[in-house]
Amino acid sequence: MKASILSADEMRRALTRIAHEILERNKGAENLALIGVHTRGIPIAARLAAKLQELEGVDVPLGRLDITLYRDDLSEIAKQPIIRETEVPFDLSQRRVILVDDVLYTGRTVRAALDALIDLGRPEGIQLAVLVDRGHRELPIRADYVGKNLPTAKSEVVKVKLTETDGTDGVELWDLDEIQSVRE
Amino acid sequence: MTSPKPRHLLDFQDWNVERLAALLDNADTMLQVLDRPVKKVPALQGLTVCTVFFENSTRTRISFELAARRMSADVVSFAAGASSVSKGESIRDTIEVLSAYKVDAFVVRHQAAGAAHLVARYSGKPVINAGDGRRAHPTQALLDAYTIRREFGGLEGKTVAIIGDVRHSRVARSNAELLPKLGAKVILCGPATLLPRELAAESVTLTTDPREAVGNADAVMALRLQQERMDAGYVGSLQDYARVYQVNEDLLAFAPNEAVVLHPGPMNRDVEISSETADGPRSRILAQVENGQAVRMSTLYHLLVGRN
Repeated sequence: MKASILSADEMRRALTRIAHEILERNKGAENLALIGVHTRGIPIAARLAAKLQELEGVDVPLGRLDITLYRDDLSEIAKQPIIRETEVPFDLSQRRVILVDDVLYTGRTVRAALDALIDLGRPEGIQLAVLVDRGHRELPIRADYVGKNLPTAKSEVVKVKLTETDGTDGVELWDLDEIQSVRE
Repeated sequence: MTSPKPRHLLDFQDWNVERLAALLDNADTMLQVLDRPVKKVPALQGLTVCTVFFENSTRTRISFELAARRMSADVVSFAAGASSVSKGESIRDTIEVLSAYKVDAFVVRHQAAGAAHLVARYSGKPVINAGDGRRAHPTQALLDAYTIRREFGGLEGKTVAIIGDVRHSRVARSNAELLPKLGAKVILCGPATLLPRELAAESVTLTTDPREAVGNADAVMALRLQQERMDAGYVGSLQDYARVYQVNEDLLAFAPNEAVVLHPGPMNRDVEISSETADGPRSRILAQVENGQAVRMSTLYHLLVGRN
């Protein structure tokens, strides 16, 4: 590992701040919905929902989105052919949707997620929340809520770890070579 | 998934259990897509699927064409009757010409066993066998397996009785190949003249007694009996056949209460299956049609995604 970017406490504070920003910008939590993008966007969305409940006493509906069928980088899918569940158990119309992902990088995942969402219904608006924005956008996409802005090189990898998926909380920066040698 | 990804779906020879399970798992997602207001995803955008039916089958062709369209592929169909095949063009010429149009995948139905393999040799592109003679009809077996899996949550340890004209049935052969791979037992049942001994294998047993066949069955599949079989002397008359082998409520009284009924279609009502049973609570025949579209979407996805 090259550097620790966020500790568990810093991650918790960043998500608390995002929850406050969401409430401020939307003037409360009415008519909001949180939709997490597989894999790590889902637990992050759930944590934001818990914070909104704590701060505002509103149960914001939660959904999960798999964007595999909407990707434009087919070679990436070949490595991961299993499509996971998309579950949006509420009507999107009349709701402002906050799309949640762990890392914002090229913007291609978000582009695919926007297409997937719009095929499910017509939300009143869509906002984007990410834990880390690492730059290098290839599409005109930006996040509305960012936990941490992190300038990176393309030869680096941002690893987000969450208790729900990885047993521990934290964000780390690695070199691509380093990760490949660990895998080997 | 260490073995190489299969290039075609001609039969199940190159498909290991993990690949098959992944294909069926993804069919769950495809079914969800079919339930949405927008019944279409862009996964195969820019690709062209050609259905090549040397033997007519409107249902199967529509199922494949809709599956391809719902994945955003473009579809062209080649019907042999209306084409130069009737003027004597060979399969090879036909496929090479279609390939030159930059088709990305072929779905092939032919009356001769092995035709899909031949197409695979000349196409240079993925081929899905939509039925070749009596040999194989793999997507039908996949949709049967998927329907049973959805009903019972899995195939491991399940028993499937297939009753009827086994001899002339590619559906029976493909199911006898697929279901044991997925952990199920197959019982093939029909009059001795229509029950070839060589199909017996581990997990595939034969019987001429339909009551015995359905006794422990979780699913009972009736096969289509065609009039030509009477003419060729395999069975005496439709009435004689139906009296013993028709899948109906009298026969199902010998089956477990939870057993479901399948039919690959099109049905000859009151010949191989009674109308009452076809429309009754055990019938999953329309679910098979719906599942077929999802399974074919998943098949196209598995063969076409991640290729150039």
